[in-house]
Amino acid sequence: MEKFTVHAGRALPLRRSNVDTDQIIPAVYLKRVTRSGFEDGLFAAWRADPDFVLNRPEHEGATVLVAGPDFGTGSSREHAVWALQDHGFRVVISPRFADIFRGNSLKGGLLTVELPVDVVERLWSDVEADPELVIVVDLERREVSWPGGTAAFELDDYTRWRLMEGLDDIGLTLRAADEIAAFELDRPTFLPTTRPRGDG
Amino acid sequence: MDRTLAEKVWDAHVVRHVEGEPDLLYIDLHLLHEVTSPQAFDGLRAAGRQVRRPDLTVATEDHNVPTVDIDRPIADPVSRTQVETLRRNCAEFGVPLFPLGDVDQGIVHVVGPQLGLTQPGMTVVCGDSHTSTHGAFGALAFGIGTSEVEHVLATQTLPLRPFKTMAVTVEGELPAGVTAKDLILAVIARIGTGGGQGHVIEYRGEAIRGLSMEARMTVCNMSIEAGARAGMIAPDEKTFAFLAGRPHAPTGVEWHAALAWWRTLATDPDARFDTEVVVDATQLSPFVTWGTNPGQGVPLSSTVPDPAALTDASERAAAERALEYMGLTAGRPMRDIAVDTVFVGSCTNGRLEDLRSAADVVRGRRVADGVRMLVVPGSVRVRLAAEAEGLHEVFTAAGAEWRHAGCSMCLGMNPDQLAPGERSASTSNRNFEGRQGKGGRTHLVSPQVAAATAVVGRLASPADLV
Repeated sequence: MEKFTVHAGRALPLRRSNVDTDQIIPAVYLKRVTRSGFEDGLFAAWRADPDFVLNRPEHEGATVLVAGPDFGTGSSREHAVWALQDHGFRVVISPRFADIFRGNSLKGGLLTVELPVDVVERLWSDVEADPELVIVVDLERREVSWPGGTAAFELDDYTRWRLMEGLDDIGLTLRAADEIAAFELDRPTFLPTTRPRGDG
Repeated sequence: MDRTLAEKVWDAHVVRHVEGEPDLLYIDLHLLHEVTSPQAFDGLRAAGRQVRRPDLTVATEDHNVPTVDIDRPIADPVSRTQVETLRRNCAEFGVPLFPLGDVDQGIVHVVGPQLGLTQPGMTVVCGDSHTSTHGAFGALAFGIGTSEVEHVLATQTLPLRPFKTMAVTVEGELPAGVTAKDLILAVIARIGTGGGQGHVIEYRGEAIRGLSMEARMTVCNMSIEAGARAGMIAPDEKTFAFLAGRPHAPTGVEWHAALAWWRTLATDPDARFDTEVVVDATQLSPFVTWGTNPGQGVPLSSTVPDPAALTDASERAAAERALEYMGLTAGRPMRDIAVDTVFVGSCTNGRLEDLRSAADVVRGRRVADGVRMLVVPGSVRVRLAAEAEGLHEVFTAAGAEWRHAGCSMCLGMNPDQLAPGERSASTSNRNFEGRQGKGGRTHLVSPQVAAATAVVGRLASPADLV
């Protein structure tokens, strides 16, 4: 995973709430068995509208998505995170994220930043007034800043450290292999296995 | 200290606890399907890792599979590749698989409980948000992304921060004709699509105790639609009776040992929840959605709400947008809304009891002219059990289509989709824009309302047929 410390980029103001994962990437785009190329499905239905904000030339190359509350609700599809990343987004800002989407993002290095509704609305207005405006997302200081203001955000120390070091969770967990093995020895024998009954 | 059901299950699975770090939680059962697993297996291969516990892992084919002509190769080459990739991965890593055509194939959340693999007090995960279904047994069950699927395959654990707890207490008895689906749609409308964020919901109270196991699965299934990580119901005699004799349920001495532990799981009397919601079951009635998220619902007897009445600006904008997408105007009676398609099925309402209740409504009646009704059992075994009771004949005599098992029109990854502008009454779980097909319009309903709607051609309840 790529390390994340500070990101500076232009923003895409998405004035919508409850942006569910079926909007971020519709199910028909989930059939690929590889890990790349999901940008073609990003907001596929909405992009059919030439006026949709992602189609507007003044926002081309934006890397910070600024959306309304309850971003990423619905399905657990990590393809939603991949579609955003494959398109070039590094950060999503919203007043509130769905849990699974947020977890998937932070595992994969897409930073989710929760900011209050009034700050998000200010960002929307400022970016709409000047699409060239650069937003700086500083993970070390846990702070978002732009020419119109500054806002602190929360992220737990552990996740911040993992993102800044670009560490992969599996590698970290495997350091506890002995503890996992010990736990397994103590599991009750009545718990089921998926082996067909008869061979254990 | 007094603890909740969720906390007891959590505590029993902590492999490692270090201050300032997530807990490392052991996973008892990992369910796989074809859509969210291929990149996880690729990750294992790239790192030279094995599946740590194939004996705690099981896969089924459900999201992509056709529900007609299942003895022929899957027509869509991309879907076929995905299904074949799952087969290859399961063979390479030694994971048991129920492929299309197998008697145990079906929707992953129907298959687990049916086999007795889902048991009280377990941790269950799957790369699918509706894993919350398994919480009906008092298991801590939640959906995960593909990175986490890979993590569980490699380590049989997940690093997680403890969830907050929410009690949804449903007091009193449900009135006749009001189902678990109506109840959960009403709960989501009440707390909103983000209301459960960060929480595990425990459903409690007289109305919940009164529900069958299948109905409890319907309730827990849609916890994610309220933003919650999981939904749970404390195991009781109904749970134990459901499990007894299932293929993977414990037997003999093991059964008694398991039962002793299961009986300790209920929330202690003085345990505290972070959030509490109380619902009066006696005030509930058949409930349907009008908008494009599952929180946008009203009683069937009501009208399409007026966005102007909403005080929150972003909710108002969302409601206006939803009405435009749905082709509806404020004030229209819900019962006036005509549909093109009725879908009975999904992990929410694709079990035998659901099919029985829909069949009871259409028995001796005809699906209205111009309406297409699809009945898709949640699993092969549900289909066989329904056929043994003659339900397939009730449906086909009424003019409905009787299909093979799979996720089908719930998310339209297979050919079962709505055309642009088409409107459905659907027993599934999401009414998102385009969910059932690009431009499709979805109203979420119970199986009974779905069946009555098919007969009338407009949103209706069985009471409207008398």
